[in-house]
Amino acid sequence: MKPSVHSDKTHKWDDLDDFRHAQFVLVGQPNCGKSTIFNEVAGYRSITGNFPGATVEYTRGHVNVLNNTYDVVDLPGTYSLSTTDQAERVSQRYLLTQRVDVIINVVDASILSRSLELTLQLMELEIPMILCLNMMDEAERKGIHINTVQLSELLGIPVIETIASKGRGIKQLFVEALKTARNRQKPKHIQGNRDVERVIAGLIRVLKKEIKPSAYSVHLLATKLLEKDPFFVGFIKSAYPGLAGKILEFRKKLSRSHGRSSDEVISFERHALSMSIFEKVATVSKPRISWQDRMDRVLMHNIWGYVCLVLVLLVFFNLVFGVGRFLELPLIGLFDRLSGLAENLLGADTLPGVIVTGSIEGIGGGIAIVLPYLLPFLLGLSFLEDIGYLPRIAFLMDSFMHKIGLHGTAVIPAVLGYGCNVPAVMATRILDSPRDRFIAALISTMVPCSARMTIIFGLAGYYLGGMVAFGLYMFNLVVIAFSGWIFSRILKEATPGMMMEIPAYHLPRIQSVLKKTWFRTKDFIVIAWPLLIAGSAVLALTEYFHLTGHINQALQPLTAMLGLPTEVGTTLIFGVLRKELSMLMLFQALGTTDMSTVMSNAQMLVFTVFVVFYIPCVATIGVLFKQVKLKGVILITFYTFLIATVLALIIRIFAEYVL
Amino acid sequence: MDVLSLDLVEADQRVGVIRVAGGRGLRQRLNKMGIHSGSNLLVKRSGIIGGPILVHLQGVDVAIGRGMARKIIVERIK
Repeated sequence: MKPSVHSDKTHKWDDLDDFRHAQFVLVGQPNCGKSTIFNEVAGYRSITGNFPGATVEYTRGHVNVLNNTYDVVDLPGTYSLSTTDQAERVSQRYLLTQRVDVIINVVDASILSRSLELTLQLMELEIPMILCLNMMDEAERKGIHINTVQLSELLGIPVIETIASKGRGIKQLFVEALKTARNRQKPKHIQGNRDVERVIAGLIRVLKKEIKPSAYSVHLLATKLLEKDPFFVGFIKSAYPGLAGKILEFRKKLSRSHGRSSDEVISFERHALSMSIFEKVATVSKPRISWQDRMDRVLMHNIWGYVCLVLVLLVFFNLVFGVGRFLELPLIGLFDRLSGLAENLLGADTLPGVIVTGSIEGIGGGIAIVLPYLLPFLLGLSFLEDIGYLPRIAFLMDSFMHKIGLHGTAVIPAVLGYGCNVPAVMATRILDSPRDRFIAALISTMVPCSARMTIIFGLAGYYLGGMVAFGLYMFNLVVIAFSGWIFSRILKEATPGMMMEIPAYHLPRIQSVLKKTWFRTKDFIVIAWPLLIAGSAVLALTEYFHLTGHINQALQPLTAMLGLPTEVGTTLIFGVLRKELSMLMLFQALGTTDMSTVMSNAQMLVFTVFVVFYIPCVATIGVLFKQVKLKGVILITFYTFLIATVLALIIRIFAEYVL
Repeated sequence: MDVLSLDLVEADQRVGVIRVAGGRGLRQRLNKMGIHSGSNLLVKRSGIIGGPILVHLQGVDVAIGRGMARKIIVERIK
């Protein structure tokens, strides 16, 4: 079907082929429901987050409008068009360098005044644009009534009301977006304060004279330069170094007449403009104290908040481990039978037999040992996240995290670490500074994941008692806090501190929770699992070629120092390949499943402590490379090995000579 | 006039931001949330007892670390 073409003379959409590749780009502030709209039209391909920064990379999909398919891109949520964090850089870079036929600016109607500040910045890009007033129901509930027609007139762009969570208005939104794209109707400039406009106009004149037409609109360039945006300042510095002095003059002019620095003047102007638009189009009836506020009075209380936090975590971990234990045994049995079958089929002592059974054990290790704990854990965590409790945990933990040199947000990756270190390390990207990301990654790798849990419970818990296992978790927390403290002293750098939107509580949408769980499980399946399988194959080969003796010999200095049997050497090496295997390998290496006959209590404790702290597993190292680069990986590996050795040694000395 | 930094404001107090005593980076971070000179905040959880500060503005709750709050200069309204 040929789309009906608007009668505007300026349109150039005769080339329908070109138009078929039209790009619709969704831009909006975090939690505005942008991803929900994207998922509604493009299928579930992105994570919808109730936590700032859930989407860091952009997602691409297809949307069907009036029987034609177009590209639709979901950019990460950004509060502004400046470049203070990773997500914003992604969005800004995308809008400036990629093909964008129409911007769909999604706005949470219940917080219109703040959202308009981004809208005004987007309009400066001079790209056809349409405003999507989402969450209209939420706005009504808050007593905010918006005159959409007037808003559209004031901004000079189409405005469409939607309720994305119920799928309302979405179709109309995209039809209108298509129309806007086809008309190539650029947003008009909105006049603000006269003095400020005069300075901007002056700078625009200079820029127009001196600069070749570039991808950036001159108007955007002028305001961004007055705002001292590092990206645009850098652009001028490298392409037109001679202009720097002139720009400085304009900045000074602005700050002289307004008594504050030029970037403050611009942001204040934008704020004033959006407030005045908001006041013109919206009527607000007095908001009442909602049940949400009442809930926060308890959940974020100075004392009750922590009591609730402990209770929530207690229930949470009990549920996770309950489900895990229930699933683990039958699954292990299944894979034992499978590897037995392979052994019978291919022979226990042949090379193919060894490789196949080794690989099956690797696959089984993933499915039977890690997934039963990881999946419920991630499911529960996504649930807590979507309800809106996770940001509140970050809030409560802020003071504590400050003592170890981080801020509240860093608690999120650390908590994830209890499931699996791989998604935990991935999650460090929600932090702003590289230094914070490094320390958070270090801490996350020291958190005992569900694989190491099998050792804590299977060895220390089983033979030495539940209290010892619990004590080990507490001890681990102390060591983590200490490590964070040390590294924050070494890497002295002002961290930006916490600033985070605390979203309203939401009833989680099942699809969204499942999707998020899937994305995090995928990190494990795609990165960790193949390495697990390869690791177990290598393990099987080592046994086949009788290399275990040599490895034990090579590690003898370490095992002897820690007072452990020489045979455990291999289990330590291969614990790096697969943490949860250390336990099974221990049985194998010592030739018994009753540890109390071959190891003393002290030896068991030393072994457990060492295994809990030393070197992250290969899969974790794999993602660490992505997040903290080679130097960081080496440092973390070295540090964790050192701390594990020292702690194990202390415990040995303590157990042997003091007790 | 009653001028103080945000971390010293008691709960349930309405304040207006006078200025942000920090560099461009800090100002920009606060800007994103709509906090700049001229904005009105309702302090929901005070920082006097320690810990971060929770403010309400433009329909949203925002948590601000103490270090940042110390640099936000405000005046009490009413």
